[in-house]
Amino acid sequence: MTETQSPLLRVENLQIEGLSEDRWKTIVKGVDLTLGKGEVLGLIGESGAGKSTIGLGAMGYVRDGCRFSSGSVHFDGIELTGADRETRRNLRSTRIAYVAQSAAASFNPAFKLINQHTEFPVRRGVMSREDAQKDAIDLYRQLQLPNPEEIGFRYPHQVSGGQLQRAMTAMAMACRPDLIIFDEPTTALDVTTQIEVLSAIRNIVEEFGTSAIYITHDLAVVAQMADRIMVLRHGAEVESADTATMLNAPQQDYTKSLWAVRSFKAAAKPAVAEGQVPVVSLRNVTAQYPGMSKPVLNDVSIDFHAGRTVAVVGESGSGKSTTARSLMGLLPPVSGNMVLNGAALAPEFRKRSKAELQAVQMIYQMADTALNPKQRIRDIIGRPMTYYRGLKGKQLTEEIRALLRDIELEPDQFINRLPSELSGGQKQRIGIARALAASPRLVICDEVTSALDQLVAEGILRLLDKLQREHDLAYMFITHDISTVRAIADEVVVMQHGRIVEQGAKAQIFTPPHAPYTDLLLSSVPEMDPGWLDRVLAERVAQSA
Amino acid sequence: MHHLLRLFVQRLALGLLTLFVVSLVIFLSIELLPGDVAQQVLGQSATPENLAAFRRELGLDQPAHTRYLAWFGGFLQGDLGNSLISGLPIWDLISERLYNTFFLAGFAALISVPLAVLLGVVSALYRETLLDKSINVATLTAISVPEFFVGYILVWLFAVEFALFPSIANLSEDASLGDRIYRTFLPALTLTLIVTAHMMRMTRASLINLLALPYIEMAQLKGASQRRLIVIHALPNAIAPIVTVIAINLAYLIVGVVIVEVVFVYPGMGQLLVDSVAKRDFTVVQTACLLFAATYILFNLASDLISIASNPRLLHRK
Repeated sequence: MTETQSPLLRVENLQIEGLSEDRWKTIVKGVDLTLGKGEVLGLIGESGAGKSTIGLGAMGYVRDGCRFSSGSVHFDGIELTGADRETRRNLRSTRIAYVAQSAAASFNPAFKLINQHTEFPVRRGVMSREDAQKDAIDLYRQLQLPNPEEIGFRYPHQVSGGQLQRAMTAMAMACRPDLIIFDEPTTALDVTTQIEVLSAIRNIVEEFGTSAIYITHDLAVVAQMADRIMVLRHGAEVESADTATMLNAPQQDYTKSLWAVRSFKAAAKPAVAEGQVPVVSLRNVTAQYPGMSKPVLNDVSIDFHAGRTVAVVGESGSGKSTTARSLMGLLPPVSGNMVLNGAALAPEFRKRSKAELQAVQMIYQMADTALNPKQRIRDIIGRPMTYYRGLKGKQLTEEIRALLRDIELEPDQFINRLPSELSGGQKQRIGIARALAASPRLVICDEVTSALDQLVAEGILRLLDKLQREHDLAYMFITHDISTVRAIADEVVVMQHGRIVEQGAKAQIFTPPHAPYTDLLLSSVPEMDPGWLDRVLAERVAQSA
Repeated sequence: MHHLLRLFVQRLALGLLTLFVVSLVIFLSIELLPGDVAQQVLGQSATPENLAAFRRELGLDQPAHTRYLAWFGGFLQGDLGNSLISGLPIWDLISERLYNTFFLAGFAALISVPLAVLLGVVSALYRETLLDKSINVATLTAISVPEFFVGYILVWLFAVEFALFPSIANLSEDASLGDRIYRTFLPALTLTLIVTAHMMRMTRASLINLLALPYIEMAQLKGASQRRLIVIHALPNAIAPIVTVIAINLAYLIVGVVIVEVVFVYPGMGQLLVDSVAKRDFTVVQTACLLFAATYILFNLASDLISIASNPRLLHRK
């Protein structure tokens, strides 16, 4: 009973300030939370909600340029915000551990995994080096890493992302801490890998009775992992409750809007008329990087029709983006050909005419890096208009303004801004406008919503759908997110290892029977039902038996 | 290991190609210089017959490409040719001085490289503090002052005010190691002051760049102290940029010592080069330049190889 009286972690009125433009701004505005022994708390919210800052704050850590301004963090009787460096440092690894979002970036590239794993157990005198190595191998085995005896002796770049994420969980467990902060541990992973990592994390946390704070923006994921969920927005709590209550009966409007976000669906379009010529076709395209022994694309054929969206889905490395590179003329096929409006399309972009270049435009995943930070919106959008369409002077300004209205940004406000003066969603809108400025026939959308919060992403999908209807555009929509496919696709192409596994109309792809890989892909997409993970894992065991 | 060998051979071939291009540049620039050794040696009163005979004797009557091939071909085989003026083999002229120059440069490197890396680590560790700023100001001041001036200041301070070291670094051929170190201390210190700033600032910048990376934050969240963070977690990943800058500075130590050697009357390559230019001893100038170029290329090759060896992605493939 004493456990309930003194929780492992008690955060009271926690306030954290961040320095922005020489002024301290509050980014966490008085959050309270308690965590009992063995309990898993899910923190959920959109970017900027302060999830990670709170998670790190629970370790007594703030990033450079931030500070605790008020409130307290009690970890097992120790107050962390006022504790000296030494005290806080000595708790880390041994009693509190952290699992970062990108294990690939969070392992030191210069050292073998197992040496990073054993660093602190050995330094803190928890175990000898030999014991720590043996224990690491045991943990690798428990987390179902392949070749547990050997995998630790590799460097990070020699191990896949999903395996690294499990190795990082193992590392967090090295000193058997009381509390682990999981900071979006599966966000960077493919769905089929995510499911393995989720079950591995859940098992080991249960096994050792570790308390955990699980930070994510994905509701379906948190539903599988957490006993209790806290919804955050703008650095403050919106509401918190146990998982079942939170999923079934959210109280606040914001929570309800998050829950309802996957509601957008583009209107169904009539089937393609018999004999209609596609805008662009890939015919039996096989492509290979110079110096590689195997092709990266194998016999890929896709038709893109005006006014319709082809969604290309698959995991990282499946050849989705490579297909787009071939289409753009960046990676000319070694065999097969490409067709634009019934005429051959030059395989290499250098040999394409201006009209051919104009016809295929691209929108990128990271609007942040795809826009020149030194150019004003006027120039970013105006340049393709001048280059492809010869627009100048007053006419050019008129067109830019019209296009800005099209993407629902007020021209007077935005035309002279720099990209740094825009939000993430607005930047992506400018990315869209730049593609449209050329008056293309086919637009390649490469994971255009992946970096955006759900509410913002939905706005972008609605906009793309509206623009498609207005301009009769063909879209190639590259994504790994099945719910986006459901929302916007007319046809679906499923890719794996550079080949097309299955392709056809959306309804056909989503109705069983599926190709085995499509089935794996679809069944790996987390659902809001808290029992989903157990059910899927049980089904898979039953199937393989 | 196969791909490492290929990388090595590739770099070596590139180095040789660079050496070839540099040899062409050196030879052609000397060809373009006004003045003529025969005229210089025999004086204004020499008859055309005498001049022609003299040129024939030295091979100056041959066409340029023949002379180039003979010279560069000989260089590659270790035959440096003879001096135009004295007729002695160039190797005999320069071997002692080459050794002296390498000795001085090596001495300066032994002080400056560890010093620069240490200062870089310390200023990264205490970044944005008074200590960091003092180190930056001190090294920048040292690099901003011309080297002959630094040399004279040191002479004034350590040879005149406090007579600790000799102001002239003249060496007898059979000087002991201790004596050599004693006599070359001031020139080595001058060079150290000149090259430390660059290496130190690169070390600091490379380390601070790394501090923003997730794996450094991870180490911090695992409980690593600041010192451990910088020395154990960041430094191994900063080797490549640091080594590149060290290589450039080492090469500078050998190539750029001319002025310092003159200030301290040190019998090294720099003095020989100055003398040979004055005497229009073109074969010596050519060969000395080519040796400098070869040193430069060698250091860069070495830094490339160390960078590769410090990168597990290149060393251990998937």
